[in-house]
Amino acid sequence: MTQGGLRICVLIVVALFGAGPILAGLWQALRASFAVLPAIGATAPSLAPWRELAHLPGIATSLRLTLISGLGATALALLLVMAVCITRSGRDIAAHAPKRPRHARMGTRQDPKAQPATPQPSHPSAPSAGPRTAHLALAPVLAPFLAAPHAAMAIGLAFVIAPSGWIARAIALILGWSSPPAWITVHDPGGVALMLGLVIKEFPFLMLVTLSALNQIPLHRTLVTGRTLGYGTGTLWLKTVLPQIWPMLRVPVMIVLAYALSNVDMALILGPSNPPTLAVLLTRLFSDPDTTLLLPASAGAVVQALLVLATFGVLWATGRAMRAVGLVWLRLGGRGARPAWPGQMLRTATSVVMAGLLTLGTLSVLALLMWSLAWRWPFPGLLPQTWSLHAWQGAQGNWHAPLITTLVLALATTALSTLLAIAWLEGEDRARKRTPAWGEAMIYLPLLVPQISFLYGLNILFLRLGLSGGLAAVIWAQTLFVFPYVMIALAAPWRALDPRLARTAAALGAGPWRQLVAVKLPTLLRPLLIAAAVGGAVSVAQYLPTLFMGAGRMTTLTTEAVTLASGSDRRITAVTAALQAALPFAGFLAALLIPAVLHRDRRALRGGGGSPG
Amino acid sequence: MRLALASAALGLALSCAAAAPALADWAATLAAARGQTVYWNAWGGDARTNAFITWVGSRTQALYGVEVRQVKLSDTAEAVTRVLSEKAAGQDSGGSVDLIWINGPNFLAMKDQGLLHGPFSTDLPNAKYLDLSTGSAATTDFTVPVDGLESPWRLAKFVFVHDSARAPSPPRSMAGFSDWAAAHPGRMTHPNPSNFMGATFLKQALVELAPDAAALAMPVTDAAYQVATAPLWSWYDALRPNLWRGGTAFPENQSVQQQMLNDGEIDISMSFDPASTAAAIDQGLLPDTARVFVPDGGTIGNVSFVAIPYNAAHSEGAEVVANFLLAPETQAYMQDINVLGAFSVLDPARLDPAAQAAFDALPGAPALPRLRDLGPTLAEPHPSWMTRLTRDWARRYTR
Repeated sequence: MTQGGLRICVLIVVALFGAGPILAGLWQALRASFAVLPAIGATAPSLAPWRELAHLPGIATSLRLTLISGLGATALALLLVMAVCITRSGRDIAAHAPKRPRHARMGTRQDPKAQPATPQPSHPSAPSAGPRTAHLALAPVLAPFLAAPHAAMAIGLAFVIAPSGWIARAIALILGWSSPPAWITVHDPGGVALMLGLVIKEFPFLMLVTLSALNQIPLHRTLVTGRTLGYGTGTLWLKTVLPQIWPMLRVPVMIVLAYALSNVDMALILGPSNPPTLAVLLTRLFSDPDTTLLLPASAGAVVQALLVLATFGVLWATGRAMRAVGLVWLRLGGRGARPAWPGQMLRTATSVVMAGLLTLGTLSVLALLMWSLAWRWPFPGLLPQTWSLHAWQGAQGNWHAPLITTLVLALATTALSTLLAIAWLEGEDRARKRTPAWGEAMIYLPLLVPQISFLYGLNILFLRLGLSGGLAAVIWAQTLFVFPYVMIALAAPWRALDPRLARTAAALGAGPWRQLVAVKLPTLLRPLLIAAAVGGAVSVAQYLPTLFMGAGRMTTLTTEAVTLASGSDRRITAVTAALQAALPFAGFLAALLIPAVLHRDRRALRGGGGSPG
Repeated sequence: MRLALASAALGLALSCAAAAPALADWAATLAAARGQTVYWNAWGGDARTNAFITWVGSRTQALYGVEVRQVKLSDTAEAVTRVLSEKAAGQDSGGSVDLIWINGPNFLAMKDQGLLHGPFSTDLPNAKYLDLSTGSAATTDFTVPVDGLESPWRLAKFVFVHDSARAPSPPRSMAGFSDWAAAHPGRMTHPNPSNFMGATFLKQALVELAPDAAALAMPVTDAAYQVATAPLWSWYDALRPNLWRGGTAFPENQSVQQQMLNDGEIDISMSFDPASTAAAIDQGLLPDTARVFVPDGGTIGNVSFVAIPYNAAHSEGAEVVANFLLAPETQAYMQDINVLGAFSVLDPARLDPAAQAAFDALPGAPALPRLRDLGPTLAEPHPSWMTRLTRDWARRYTR
């Protein structure tokens, strides 16, 4: 194989099996939005579906709600991440930084501690005598929130904040209420509950991505130099750190934005109901008995895609504007009017908000576990009245078969995605050039285009090829979404691998394959396993692709959980949701333990060793 | 008790299978069905129904070598869409849906689009237990003629559920709901009318309040709609401000609403299954004090059917399952409150004494109403009324 051969091969595979079908699905939706859907006998192009969509009752409110909750949740989560970094960067993050160069010589140039979603015990003999570092304190707390699927978290949160939920029950106990109060929490018309749910779920993701990005820049040097020049911490952060990490945060922020604007499961459980957000409205239209509604639904799917695209545009424009303004601001050379900024107020507020979010998230997961063990749990009891293992024994909903299907799918898609990611990155190494931007865009396309915008069209395409309903179709569809996340988790550590390792191996006579198998992969075992764990977690959580491509026959824990969430038995829902959250968690745990055992005599590869040898 | 009944039903089933009419056609169907796996697309939100479907599969496997796999839907229209997209893709045989639990608008949609296999239902051996006279409940679905394209399996009747401890005297007519809600603001609601249960609540009120109920059996016209719905909307405008959340938010479906009754957020819920309350109490999903009530004038009732798509891969197996669902012992087992509690679709006059006795021996429960307590059964309006009604509701109350 020539130097660039592998790279070209992988590019073709991703284009053929990834970007192509998605664009084809979008094309189907676009055609149907102009009244061309031969399936229901519509062949004459017209603007009627668009008119019908525009006249749907409450469509303007739906769009407004979608934009407010989607943009709001993303902005809030991002602001909180920045606030946490700014208020903690001075003492916490920097305190940890000086150790970095030592690791660089040992293996990866990047601090192995900063992998997203990696709970890390602090080393007992760590030299940083000051406060525990931000990474060490935050990562293990945040990881479980990544593992818990959106639907499970939403179901738990709904119980915590509902008028008959845990918070209300605690107050009822004190004030002696016998009926739930008339609070407007879950399904509030303004979408606040939905935003809260989204922030609880997306803040940990953005936080971990940011921590990872911080480890790829000379953070300590930046801060020390800046301070020497007399800059205040907050100013320093905004002027020098943020511009360095923003390029690495852009894609994750776009992913969060696309999800927040177009998710169905969380919006269904927490969001406003009359009218709901656009994605829920479209789901209702797509599943209406009146098949002519497929046309305005398709027009809506196009709008959903355009909406996401428009917010990407806003994001890009904001970035550009900040750059221009920031440049001027930077040249003004202000050191920060009050060097004390960020002050104690911001510090306290940030800590309170973060603690509040994490507490709500923890309570949500606890509520699920509690419900799975309850028999009767009426208002205003803080704990179930009667307990039972009934739901776990599977008398009603048998969870064994879905568990097996989920595992098979997770293993297959993760293996496939990890291999593909290795091929992609190794291809880059051999060709000695990074993939152009359009290639990267192709990887992330499935995460950036709203699922509802292309899945219906994709389904028709698949049926035409006679591929639907099979295990292979579902594995393929899930891999679309698993692969990008594996790439996100693996690309940074792979590219940060010290090139001298491979060069040394080459000097000793190892060919490209031997370098890969004997040097790169073992060195990267830890990030590889973490990438695989991330992939497994994404696979477990897939709902729409499993439903559409499996023709409903592939019953996974997630399809069960969402179907059961439309039923009334919170206890059985809790069992599937708990299992759904437990699987990814087990994956992360394995990713942590395997290198610790295999590399017990290789401190730098183990990732846990903080003290210099 | 449950075990004894099950084994009794099993014995009956075996003896009946042996005595089945030896129609040549049916024998051919049975032979073709053996070894098939029937993918039954059915709403999966009710654990007891899911368990019943699993039981059906174990019986048909034992008796006819037909395996049943439930494809759990969160909305029946999903299956309709699936068949439709298969048709769009030109997959006219070997389709992925073999059997659908269906009725009303979904049936009308599939019938109109020519997506159904059949006629088959009148030829099933067990169809002899049905009242198939013209206009009977088993031959019309929401006033649309069945034409043998779907086979009945369970009876549905709209009922209200109240927590007798919190709300001891529920309203006795639809008109009375607005007074009750005014006296107990925020303590009742109905599912979103985009869901069939919410739509049924509106239809129930329409049937009671419309000046001329006969007009509802015809496809809707503008003039008829104006006349028939005027009293409904003035009633609803009075009711809505006193609903839960002031009528600005609605539960997604009746299961969510039942959960709200269980949580004590509301005092009145509704169901299409008179036995569901007793069943839910038994499962710990409703307080012991939950009871069923119906307006004095009676409530809307309909029959749940199963239909076979035109391109079903295993239509013979699906017919065998449809036939098994109509066997008296299956229906008696289904009507057992400890199993499903759903009322049988069979005509009692056509049952032999043994089957009759099996029905009479079924156990009762405090929250299980007797059929005669449920009042008269009112006919469903033509499906076009429901579509019009729910759209109009959305136009009026969605801002």
